Amino acid sequence: MEFFLQVFVSGLLTGLMYSLVAIGFVLIYKASGVFNFAQGSMVLAAALTFVSFHEMGLGFAVSIVLTLVVMVLLGILVERVALRHLVNASLITLFMATVGLASIVEGLAQFVWGGEVHGLDLGIPDDALAIMGSFTVSTFDLFAAGIAAVLVTGLALFFNKTRTGLYLRSIADSPVAALSVGVPMSRMLAVVWATAGIVALVAGMLWGARLGVQFTLSVVALKALPVFVLGGFTSITGAIIGGLLIGAVQNLGEIYIGSIIGWGLQNWIPYAFALLVLLIRPSGLFGEKTVVRV
Amino acid sequence: MIEANEPVTALLAVNNIEVVYDSVILAVKGVSLTVPERGIVALLGANGAGKSSTLKAISRIITTERGEITKGHITFQGQDITNESPFHLVRGGLIQVLEGRFVFPHLTVEENLLVPAYVRKVARSQVRQELERIYAYFPRLKERRTSQAGYTSGGEQQMVAIGRALMARPALILLDEPSMGLAPQIVEEIFEIVQDLNRKEAVSFLVAEQNTAVALRYADFGSILERGRVVMSGNAAELSANEEVKEAYLGMSGKGPMSFRETKRYHLRKRQFAYRLA
Repeated sequence: MEFFLQVFVSGLLTGLMYSLVAIGFVLIYKASGVFNFAQGSMVLAAALTFVSFHEMGLGFAVSIVLTLVVMVLLGILVERVALRHLVNASLITLFMATVGLASIVEGLAQFVWGGEVHGLDLGIPDDALAIMGSFTVSTFDLFAAGIAAVLVTGLALFFNKTRTGLYLRSIADSPVAALSVGVPMSRMLAVVWATAGIVALVAGMLWGARLGVQFTLSVVALKALPVFVLGGFTSITGAIIGGLLIGAVQNLGEIYIGSIIGWGLQNWIPYAFALLVLLIRPSGLFGEKTVVRV
Repeated sequence: MIEANEPVTALLAVNNIEVVYDSVILAVKGVSLTVPERGIVALLGANGAGKSSTLKAISRIITTERGEITKGHITFQGQDITNESPFHLVRGGLIQVLEGRFVFPHLTVEENLLVPAYVRKVARSQVRQELERIYAYFPRLKERRTSQAGYTSGGEQQMVAIGRALMARPALILLDEPSMGLAPQIVEEIFEIVQDLNRKEAVSFLVAEQNTAVALRYADFGSILERGRVVMSGNAAELSANEEVKEAYLGMSGKGPMSFRETKRYHLRKRQFAYRLA
């Protein structure tokens, strides 16, 4: 029982780490209907920028603020340079633009900061905290879960309590109507990309501390993809619940099914699970139900 | 409403515009029209005549549908707005209510109304007052203000759309097909409100409408569009008295119900009418 709990809970907490990346996907998808292929690269770029500022001898807080500024500028730049010129382009064109963006951001980040592996120490110990008997929880995982909670609360307040948040929700609902009542569309797009950049920074710091800041960091996006799909594309709650589920399924599958059919399941089980759920709920767990009056 | 002896100044002047979609489809072929200060102008015509394209060309929403104005120009309050952005037009007092209403379905009725108020940067203390102003014209919206707009009735959605436009404090509202999919009684109610707003708030309206009879009853002036051209325009009363308009648009032959043979003749005459004017 304790062993089961151990596997289950550590799975949940790993899943939350995926959620952090998936939330970035959700933000952009909601605002523009596009899957942002570059989210993983943004995570890498944010982590790399932070580490490099920090290694230059700047303080922790200063580095965070500077990286935040860089990510916000990146968001504005993406809107100015690319999206503004693609206003009426089809979704596949926009998607291809994000694929290109992924290469540019990743290449640029490594060009500026170099390609070697950096360690990132957030000063959070990764100790096993004994809960009961042999059941332990990693303090770092708990910290990450706390950060995720703060981030989600912050985003919820931003979307529901501010004027900009209302603009963003109106654009997600009906871009044409938003345009017709004078919502500043291009500015809002920049805001969304900047927000996705901030989320990428949070994810980048936590993942960077976990895996080290290196090229492969952008690959966590592939882990977050089934979370995003499972959660239903447009819901931040969905991204969180999806992450928890995927994390738990991945861990439990690896331990309990892996012992029967062979190891190495954790790479494909999340996708298989997402696929299975989609067969039953095509719009994902928290996918937007179309409001239709009959 | 315009008094007979009042001098008429043009609030909006559309001069001979051409609208092309996707660089090849010519939808509007040289339309000119004016909306006088504090006037209600009806833009009439059948499906595909170019009414919506004309309105969207004015509000510049046409750019999102890969359309552009290739000829002519548009002035609003004396300024050339042919290449303005919708964002600046709304702030300048020109707003469009889209065909099919286009409320924000997942936002509440009240949130729908708030969006343009925020665009106008209304102070937090003023917001309540602004909302009450709208609710005074649409008491039904006040009752339903916490409902998701997507779940309200068609008539209520039209009210949300008009109320929302009103929140931008416009001088001119472009109203596209307000009667679409609504019961005759509700259509009448909507037009009553339009007239009320015109009188009390001095808002001008350019209404695109297929329901010729109702539109002409509430409008000061009318223009009839056929295949992208204005084929007739003038005083609303004159238009509704015109025999050809009566026959082609109001379904009145002047001789009571028509037999099958007469209807055939009617369609022929309608075609001839269109060609003669074009």
